[in-house]
Amino acid sequence: MEPDIATTGRSPTSVEPTPEDQPRGATSLRKGRTPKGGDVAFRWLSKGSGWLILLLMAAVAAFLVIKAVPAITSDKTNFFTTQVWDPDGTGKFGIAALAFGTLLSSLIALVIGVPVAVGVALYVSHYAPRAIARPLAYVVDLLAAVPSVVFGLWGAVYLSPNLIPLSTFLSKYFGWIWLFKSTNETYGKSILVAAVVLAVMMLPIVAAISREVFVQTPTEHVEGALALGATKWETMRVAVLPYGRSGVVSAVVLGFGRAVGETIAVAMVLSSTYKISWRILDPGGNTIAANIANRWGDASSPIAQGSLIASGLVLFAITLIVNFGARAIVRRGRKASA
Amino acid sequence: MTAAVYDEVPLSPPNLSRRKLPWWAFLITAAAAVLVTWVLFELTPVYGRIIFVLVTGALYLIAQTALSVSVEGWRHAKNRLMTSLLILAMILAVLPLLGVLGYTIAKGLARFDGVFFTHSMRAVAESDPNGGAYHAIIGTLEQVGIATVIAVPFGIMVAIYLVEYSRGRLGRVVSFFVDVMTGLPSIVAGLFILALWVLALRMGNSGFAGSLALMILMLPTVVRSCEEMLKLVPVSLREASYALGVAKWITIVRIVLPTALPGIITGVMLAISRVMGETAPVLLTVFGNNVINNNPFDGPQASLPLFVYNEVLQSYDTAINRAWTGALTLIIIVLLLNLLARAIARFARVRG
Amino acid sequence: MAKRLDIKDLNLFYGKFHAVADVNLSVPPRSVTAFIGPSGCGKSTVLRSLNRMHEVTPGARVEGKVSLDGEDIYASSVDPVMVRKTIGMVFQRPNPFPTMSIRDNVVAGLKLGGGQDRKTLNEVAERALHSANLWGEVKDRLGKPGGSLSGGQQQRLCIARAIAVRPDVLLMDEPCSALDPISTLAIEDLIGELKQDYTIVIVTHNMQQAARVSDQTAFFNLRAQGQPGHLIEIDDTEKIFSNPHEKATEDYISGRFG
Repeated sequence: MEPDIATTGRSPTSVEPTPEDQPRGATSLRKGRTPKGGDVAFRWLSKGSGWLILLLMAAVAAFLVIKAVPAITSDKTNFFTTQVWDPDGTGKFGIAALAFGTLLSSLIALVIGVPVAVGVALYVSHYAPRAIARPLAYVVDLLAAVPSVVFGLWGAVYLSPNLIPLSTFLSKYFGWIWLFKSTNETYGKSILVAAVVLAVMMLPIVAAISREVFVQTPTEHVEGALALGATKWETMRVAVLPYGRSGVVSAVVLGFGRAVGETIAVAMVLSSTYKISWRILDPGGNTIAANIANRWGDASSPIAQGSLIASGLVLFAITLIVNFGARAIVRRGRKASA
Repeated sequence: MTAAVYDEVPLSPPNLSRRKLPWWAFLITAAAAVLVTWVLFELTPVYGRIIFVLVTGALYLIAQTALSVSVEGWRHAKNRLMTSLLILAMILAVLPLLGVLGYTIAKGLARFDGVFFTHSMRAVAESDPNGGAYHAIIGTLEQVGIATVIAVPFGIMVAIYLVEYSRGRLGRVVSFFVDVMTGLPSIVAGLFILALWVLALRMGNSGFAGSLALMILMLPTVVRSCEEMLKLVPVSLREASYALGVAKWITIVRIVLPTALPGIITGVMLAISRVMGETAPVLLTVFGNNVINNNPFDGPQASLPLFVYNEVLQSYDTAINRAWTGALTLIIIVLLLNLLARAIARFARVRG
Repeated sequence: MAKRLDIKDLNLFYGKFHAVADVNLSVPPRSVTAFIGPSGCGKSTVLRSLNRMHEVTPGARVEGKVSLDGEDIYASSVDPVMVRKTIGMVFQRPNPFPTMSIRDNVVAGLKLGGGQDRKTLNEVAERALHSANLWGEVKDRLGKPGGSLSGGQQQRLCIARAIAVRPDVLLMDEPCSALDPISTLAIEDLIGELKQDYTIVIVTHNMQQAARVSDQTAFFNLRAQGQPGHLIEIDDTEKIFSNPHEKATEDYISGRFG
């Protein structure tokens, strides 16, 4: 925070010995090189920018609602429980299957991505020799710079066929687990592929934030554990992981938020269906964001457009909830460690 | 308080040494794991590279742990297991990056030629081997350029407000909503501009509409990085300026901002590289175009990520090839921006 | 259980920087040895090399021999984990694990080995806290986090944690420098009690403290800025403080420098 003198624009020390030809006293203070008007204008400009941000977010919510409500009210069925998307034909559309697919693919992405990301963060912060720790962290950060359309392309052309053997293997030997059941043993553009792509995409964020908190573990706690005769891993478990726990949790929630909102990469690797299904190896599945990208091209009627905007509003709500959750966790973690 | 009271606890070890496995034991274990996996693959109908790697890894970890438990004890075995797992995580993280980069380079070089960078898709059928992304590159540069021109001053002013002026509730609320914006899915930003600009105001699809959506996505990154940088400027510097009787806003513009400039540039460039590859908002607002449209304010434009997406949707190899080259171009631009941003950051750190 | 430490031709480095040169000294069992000297003379570095904590710092290197009852703790077959278990350490700033309760902090080292049931752990915790003169103050709030204690109590908690694993030697790195005078007195009393069972080495900036608690005192110094620190002399505390052999020691103790 700034010291209070900052608000006045001058510090008391600006009362310098004035030249002889200038009158002394308060009037000379007002005769600075810059008029006070500049300060006021600048302050209002910056404060106005702050207000504009709030206005912008309010507008985002307002316009989505304005366009979504007519579509939802004209829906011939329950918007929240229906598993079809046919606004122009039967006039029926619902978010259920899309929301389910969004959450399922993001959750599986978490299961795959988070252990790897936290492992990377721990390795880079406490295991890797200094000389290679920085380049390694850098390489993982670069993953975040790869555009999602490139991940989508890679996922559709390379990953999807290369995951078929794995899908075959999983359904053959682990088919008794409900997730790995296969309907007719054709694999390909499935929720699994989308989840792997999402896992790769969330990895750099989760790894970067976790690394930050792990690095900040006080040396005295690490040394305290070592001095008790802890092995390297025991030191991590006793000193580093508890210290970073709340940071990692919020990183995971943020990564989840990213996965939920990811559009193009998912649109490119899923063959869209509108059915709630736990079978992650079967072709099909859909997410809210991918559905918007896929269906926008042929949404020409106001109802069709409004229905997609309504689904976007649901997505917005989900990400808001996720972000609020992350902030609450961070705040609680701060309180606990304070 | 005598030594006798601790009898429940085992005495200190008689000596400090322990049996340690030599490094070559793990090499042999690894070789054995590969061999066993290979035999398994020969005997069973299982196939596929990814499974081979996974099975080998699992076998190695099991063998290493068993060996270590029997020779070194479970504590050290656990330590070894966790170290191996962390290295495995590192490999698993780096592999997709190498995979994506390697695959994109290999596939993208096929059409990385003069025609690609000088021609549009005008009068080019999807099955034609020629055609290029000139129109898309122009579109992306214009859209991102306009977005930057709007977002940077706006973001800097918000950051200045948060760091230099705000004291109280409004500052906290603004800061909170900047966080919310950070989590805003790019498609929702696109939908918003679509609902406001294209549908409600009936301005139609244009490059500028895309710029507005990208601007929303850039803003939180710009605000946050500027905020960090402004906070790093020492208070003493500001006080020195105030002491000379310089007005606050002059101090901010002349002293604080220039000091923080390298960091701000880094943040801006990272923000640019992030929105450069955004497809979803552009898809909804710019719409895409096969011909060159140099005017971002009138009519649909093309954009590089959108070009890649559209070409992938075609089922011709020629189109897929164009998609890969587009992806390669995009990666090169984004990575260059990223490297440049980090170079500036490092330069600034040395100077500061 | 208390054991003897012998240091022979010890040289310590941080990367290329030669921090300490040619230290030779012995620490007899069941006694307190104090390391004194001006800042930067390497006394803490020497202390950290006695339980292989020095090598935790990236780039740090050790040459020479440190032996515990004749066994070289830097021999290649030796496990540093075992060394640190045998030679405990208390740090300058109290460092209880913030996420653990008081009880869990005390038995943190024991739990690493595993195998103890809850009852044993509770008994050990109680005895270690008794030994650290802390039991009376915390017996009603063993489940509270370790960070809820005062600085002096935290430091005694760390001592309890160190002695709960039954080390042979206890190293203390300026254990009172972050504490108020009353807490300091409590720790000094505690050191006096602990030396009946442990070999204790203490680094201190406070010469009165060295005079009060130690049986022998080692004085470290720098020949010049940028030169490695080295051992000037080691002798009975009484002798060092009344009639030291070296002029430099006398100058330092009488307050003429440092």
